[in-house]
Amino acid sequence: MDFSALRNLISRYCAGEENWVDSRTVYIGHKEPPPGAEAYIPQRFPDNRIVSSKYTFWNFVPKNLFEQFRRIANFYFLIIFLVQLIIDTPTSPITSGLPLFFVITVTAIKQGYEDWLRHKADNSINQCPVHIIQHGKVVRKQSRKLRVGDVVRVKEDETFPCDLILLSSSRDDGTCFVTTASLDGESSHKTYYAVQDTKAFNTEEEVDTLHATIECEQPQPDLYKFVGRINIYLDRDEPIARPLGSENLLLRGATLKNTECIYAVAIYTGMETKMALNYQSKSQKRSAVEKSMNAYLIVYLCILISKALINTVLKYVWQADPNRDEPWYNEKTETERQRHILIRAFTDFLAFMVLFNYIIPVSMYVTVEMQKFLGSYFITWDDEMFDEELGEGALVNTSDLNEELGQVEYVFTDKTGTLTENNMEFIECCVDGHVYVPHAICNGQIMPGAASMDMIDSSPGPGGREHEELFFRALCLCHTVQVKEEETVDGIKRGIHQGKATSVYISSSPDEVALVEGMKRLGFTYLRLKDSHMEIQNRDDEIERFELLEVLNFDSVRRRMSVIVKSSTGEYYLFCKGADSAVFPRVISGKVEQVRARVEHNAVEGLRTLCVAYKKLSPAEYEEVCHQLSSAKLALQDREKKLAEAYDSIERDFILLGATAVEDRLQDKAADTIESLHKAGMKVWVLTGDKMETAAATCYASKLFRRNTQILELTTKRTEEQNLHDVLFDLSRTVLRQHGSMTRETLSGLSNEYHDYGLIIDGATLSAVLKPSQEGSGGNYKEIFLEICRNCSAVLCCRMAPLQKAQIVKLIKASKEHPITLAIGDGANDVSMILEAHVGIGIMGKEGRQAARNSDYAIPKFKHLKKMLLVHGHYYYIRISELVQYFFYKNVCFIFPQFLYQFFCGFSQQPLYDTAYLTLYNISFTSLPILLYSLMEQHINMDILKRDPSLYRDIAKNSLLRWPIFIYWTFLGVFDAVVFFFGAFFLFDNTTFTSNGQLMTTNTQMMFGNWTFGTLVFTVLVFTVTLKLALDTHYWTWINHFVIWGSLLFYIIFSLLWGGIIWPFLNYQRMYYVFMQMLSSGPAWLSIILLVVVSLLPDVVKKVLCRALWPTTTERIQDSDNLYQSHLSEFTSLSTLHAPHRQQKRPDRQNPAPRRSESPPPKKKLLYSHWGAGGPDYCTFSNFVRFSENPRHSGATYAYNAPGPETSV
Amino acid sequence: MMASSYNAKEEDGHHSGSVGPGGAGAVKSRKPDNTAFKQQRLPAWQPILTAGTVLPAFFVIGLIFIPIGIGLFVTSNNIKEFEIDYTGMDPDSPCNMCINSTTPCRCSIPFTLEQPFENNVFMYYGLSNFYQNHRRYVKSRDDSQLNGDKSSLLYPSKECEPYRTRNGLPVAPCGAIANSLFNDTLELIYYYPNKSSMSIPLVKTGIAWWTDTHVKFRNPGGNNNLTAAFKGTTKPENWQNPVYELDPTNPENNGFVNEDFIVWMRTAALPTFRKLYRIIQKKKDNLTPTLPPGNYTLEITYNYPVISFDGHKRMILSTISWMGGKNPFLGIAYITVGSVCFFLGVVLLIIHHKFGNRNNNADIPN
Repeated sequence: MDFSALRNLISRYCAGEENWVDSRTVYIGHKEPPPGAEAYIPQRFPDNRIVSSKYTFWNFVPKNLFEQFRRIANFYFLIIFLVQLIIDTPTSPITSGLPLFFVITVTAIKQGYEDWLRHKADNSINQCPVHIIQHGKVVRKQSRKLRVGDVVRVKEDETFPCDLILLSSSRDDGTCFVTTASLDGESSHKTYYAVQDTKAFNTEEEVDTLHATIECEQPQPDLYKFVGRINIYLDRDEPIARPLGSENLLLRGATLKNTECIYAVAIYTGMETKMALNYQSKSQKRSAVEKSMNAYLIVYLCILISKALINTVLKYVWQADPNRDEPWYNEKTETERQRHILIRAFTDFLAFMVLFNYIIPVSMYVTVEMQKFLGSYFITWDDEMFDEELGEGALVNTSDLNEELGQVEYVFTDKTGTLTENNMEFIECCVDGHVYVPHAICNGQIMPGAASMDMIDSSPGPGGREHEELFFRALCLCHTVQVKEEETVDGIKRGIHQGKATSVYISSSPDEVALVEGMKRLGFTYLRLKDSHMEIQNRDDEIERFELLEVLNFDSVRRRMSVIVKSSTGEYYLFCKGADSAVFPRVISGKVEQVRARVEHNAVEGLRTLCVAYKKLSPAEYEEVCHQLSSAKLALQDREKKLAEAYDSIERDFILLGATAVEDRLQDKAADTIESLHKAGMKVWVLTGDKMETAAATCYASKLFRRNTQILELTTKRTEEQNLHDVLFDLSRTVLRQHGSMTRETLSGLSNEYHDYGLIIDGATLSAVLKPSQEGSGGNYKEIFLEICRNCSAVLCCRMAPLQKAQIVKLIKASKEHPITLAIGDGANDVSMILEAHVGIGIMGKEGRQAARNSDYAIPKFKHLKKMLLVHGHYYYIRISELVQYFFYKNVCFIFPQFLYQFFCGFSQQPLYDTAYLTLYNISFTSLPILLYSLMEQHINMDILKRDPSLYRDIAKNSLLRWPIFIYWTFLGVFDAVVFFFGAFFLFDNTTFTSNGQLMTTNTQMMFGNWTFGTLVFTVLVFTVTLKLALDTHYWTWINHFVIWGSLLFYIIFSLLWGGIIWPFLNYQRMYYVFMQMLSSGPAWLSIILLVVVSLLPDVVKKVLCRALWPTTTERIQDSDNLYQSHLSEFTSLSTLHAPHRQQKRPDRQNPAPRRSESPPPKKKLLYSHWGAGGPDYCTFSNFVRFSENPRHSGATYAYNAPGPETSV
Repeated sequence: MMASSYNAKEEDGHHSGSVGPGGAGAVKSRKPDNTAFKQQRLPAWQPILTAGTVLPAFFVIGLIFIPIGIGLFVTSNNIKEFEIDYTGMDPDSPCNMCINSTTPCRCSIPFTLEQPFENNVFMYYGLSNFYQNHRRYVKSRDDSQLNGDKSSLLYPSKECEPYRTRNGLPVAPCGAIANSLFNDTLELIYYYPNKSSMSIPLVKTGIAWWTDTHVKFRNPGGNNNLTAAFKGTTKPENWQNPVYELDPTNPENNGFVNEDFIVWMRTAALPTFRKLYRIIQKKKDNLTPTLPPGNYTLEITYNYPVISFDGHKRMILSTISWMGGKNPFLGIAYITVGSVCFFLGVVLLIIHHKFGNRNNNADIPN
């Protein structure tokens, strides 16, 4: 890609054209334009080869190595390895070379394989045949040989090989239908238009006669923007210029549908296609755990360096006596003697570094990566997050953030399509204050024969009648809905009548579909668009035809759209529909007040409202409009701006007709999910483009705001009355007063009863708040605003532009607590926010796949967020934090004895353990148990996690990776290391720690050497470290048993084997029979047992004491859960019966743990199955109590607490 | 069609390097399998460490450890050990004269055993302040040479420097460890009450690991005619005799398989160490003790210099038990840990009763 860009630059430079930077000229069919036109400057464009692979055969090794060594861990290992190669170090280079080699090779193989797959895919794409028109004939070519300017024929269901400009299609009106499912996931058929002047070219020969050039901008990644111009040279010399827009541009990757074949010209090829430009990978997000991991690493690096320094210094102090430095029995070589003291000291320092380098757990990176990669499968496999309707489960796009899901403090959610279904239903319309409600609505489908309607108000007068029909016509005409006739379209069929062919309305906006369908129920049926004529069947079953002249498309800035049509009677109408704020200011007459009242009423109900207005145009006015539009559309530069200006001048002086209301129902269990998130201590913000009233209604419905929530408003309405400054200070005062009293209440133990605050802010006010101050005083608006937000449990931001959503997320992210944020949304307008937040979650919604594509995780429905965060997030956080701490711990245990040993071997860098042990400790003896732990651990059953969201608070704020805990683990490691070393030391020192050399007889006593010493320490180490993990494991599946006991067994078998043979390839045999001899000694067994017990003792005592004296919520739940299981059979019914009396006595206990029964626990197995099937009536005890106390009142809670029958095991 | 599926895959974020599993499962029906493993619902044992569950373990550990400790302690105390420092630092010591002697020097130290030594008695020499675990020292050997490899015999490993060659000839056995072989000779003489004396028979085989003498150490070309086998090599600098004359009396104990040599070659773990020197086998009749109480003399051929590095030399006589030599540490440690566990058990019991009740106050009616 770089090369092609360079090539372009060079060719442009050579051509001596500077203005080519912005645009390119494409000669259709590579034909020179007639003389007299511009000079024919052939430009060079890249070919149509797609290169998604990273490597070629040649550069794989160097490039891959380079990329791998850019990672800090690999680089560190490489340095250590090189040091070992260069200087005389205590451990052989193999000890770090082998793991490094292993990691590098495995990664390289994995990446190589992936790249090979990409090469294969590239090739299959690059070689797939395309049909090109050359000299009036169709020629088959490989896709990669396609060049810019080639005219291509594409048949139905074929994928476009590059970005094309549609010249003509087999359909008479020059349109074609395209599905961009593979680009942005929108499976709806979109209409693309051929260039007006070329749509008549319908055969190869005709197309070949076309003389034209296309000028267009250089490729841009934006899929939905395109500006260009086509110059068609007909017989005359002067070319006809036509504008080209994104409606003419067929994108690579999209598929042609419902159209027999099309002719199109290639303008962007290969890596310049918009699809390829969108390949750019997203910026890497790093989780909080990773950050603390890196902080720990730095600490350990400091420890490592200081250890090496201390030892080096001590070595030279100790060696000051020459008899120590070089006693007669241990002389140096001549070269060693002559080396300068500084060099010697430096090499000694390096040698100590090498000796202690394992304290940096390099294999941790590999393990963490494996854990994340493998662990994310559990998310995709999750049955509960599978949506039957969509046929899709959760998707993991980045597995790096699994644990971040357990750390979320702020949730930013989109409203439409995320909280709500985005499944619109037409509810009512209001014409001049008269309300019409179609009946017999059934979930978006009309009951057959429901063509009648109810009128609520008194029937309107004659003038009203006219307006009424105009209103219905307006809604039938003012839209971009397509009619797809017959066919089995996946999804819901929406029939018109029985007997007739079924037809389905398709639109990118579900609102429009709902409106058109609503109109159908009110008697006006939109039939089709045919030859630029829209056909409507009116109430009297007559067909009216309107010529569609112009469509002023919807955009989110104007928030309205318009059409200009010509009726069969020759009158020009402009119909406009849009948001009330976008329409009312442009209305000059009509019953504005009544309509406005109705709109507001509907908005409060949570309905989406649109206003409809019209104006009549005289032919002269129409000409004027036409001119304005075409000049704006033809503009190559600033077309957007000019169009907007044109629209603005056209869309004015309306006559208001009425308003519509469409309901967007809340998603299944959305309220329940939000409530859980609240209970879990997360702050939920709703960011929506909708109007305030609608959004607020949704918020109430979804329990974001509750009855007792006091709403603070920070809206334009209010800031108009007071200035922003005062409003802000007012609010902050209110909030802070509440805050103060709240803390007092907390002290008095009534904290549950305080009523919380909800904030509503709109986009305009927000930008005012965030605007950098002019007078200096405004600079702290942001702070005040944040202060207010911090004290609100829920915030609703309405009227937000997409970029503002990202701004808000950024603002919270950068606030001083640096909370972890999560953004969830379904539409393209949420992408910026999804990318900005720490964790971005996409909903696979109706508005296409853009959000899901850019997200880190994609889920089918909002309700799945609950399991995602409360269960998966919680688990992964627990798992990875244990993994990180444990890795540091086990390496401290591993290396610290070596450090201690230096004090007893003259600081000579003598390693305590054998090379094989050094190498394999992290690779095979202790790696699998922790990996499996970090995949399988469930400290609390997942049903409890779901039922009791408050458990999420236990792990908030990275609580398991805080410094005190890290220090505790480190000290535990040091303690264990001291126990190992001095335990062995006292056994060896001055005592006859011996074995009998002849394994079967007991008549001789042999002495042990230093390798036995190391092996003893190492054996204790491996056992302690593994058993420590076993003690931490709360969830013992057969896999855990297998791996933990298996790895201990493996250690023993390996040691027996390693010492059992004289290995011919080794130049030393120091381990020969060492392990067996050790095991043949009784004291060795006794001391191994003793030392393991001593090392584990303090941790067990600490755990038990903490649990007994200061239990966390998690631990209480674990206890009661455990107890529950053992009591299940006896108490299921009893407890519900008896609990109320107890509860009344002690109403304020938060999580009362049940009393331990005297009876021995029944068999676990049996109970487990009971538990699994326990479903509805199993809850934590406190819940039991609450339900039974007041069953009617807590009905809703009950439903929430006990979701339907769980999948039993 | 190929292209479209490929694109979809690419768009899922695959190319960015991190291979999310999203695309992988996207091939067939995306409905996940409802297996216990995939749903993380494998049946599992869920133990929780509470005061209640740990309590019995503590008592059990206490109850097991304390008797073991007492047993170990008693056994260790029953082991008889006698130790003499014969370095000769003390001017009154008979060996004082040998300290600065360059020629082989003999000295004898009389001592008295108060108690009889039963069964097999083991005779050790002990060195202190001798860094056999120094890195330069530990690696200064050639295991393949010691294993009888011909080429290593003539071309010893580089690790042996500077004890690799001497006068242009390869050293056999090479390296610092071999070069510093302990070469004092210790003998015991017993004086009967009737003043007649008897030299106590010392067995010099069976003191090294069986595997070492039979597998790890081997003479080049077998055990016959060692002189020829070691031709072309030279003895280590500090040795008085070449390697093939280490024990001329017993060809099974000569050359590299000499057990004194093998014992020395197993480098000690700590700077103060002892190594097995001889075995005094118990009397056949089992009636008289191996070493009856009485007067003895330790006859020393004093060769080994330790003064330069402040070292000490000792001779130790010891009996053994099933658990090895005298080792009070293990017994004491067991007793300590056992009682700590027991104590903790009691503490936990109290805590469990006090706080366990507080936590579980009501809620479950019994």
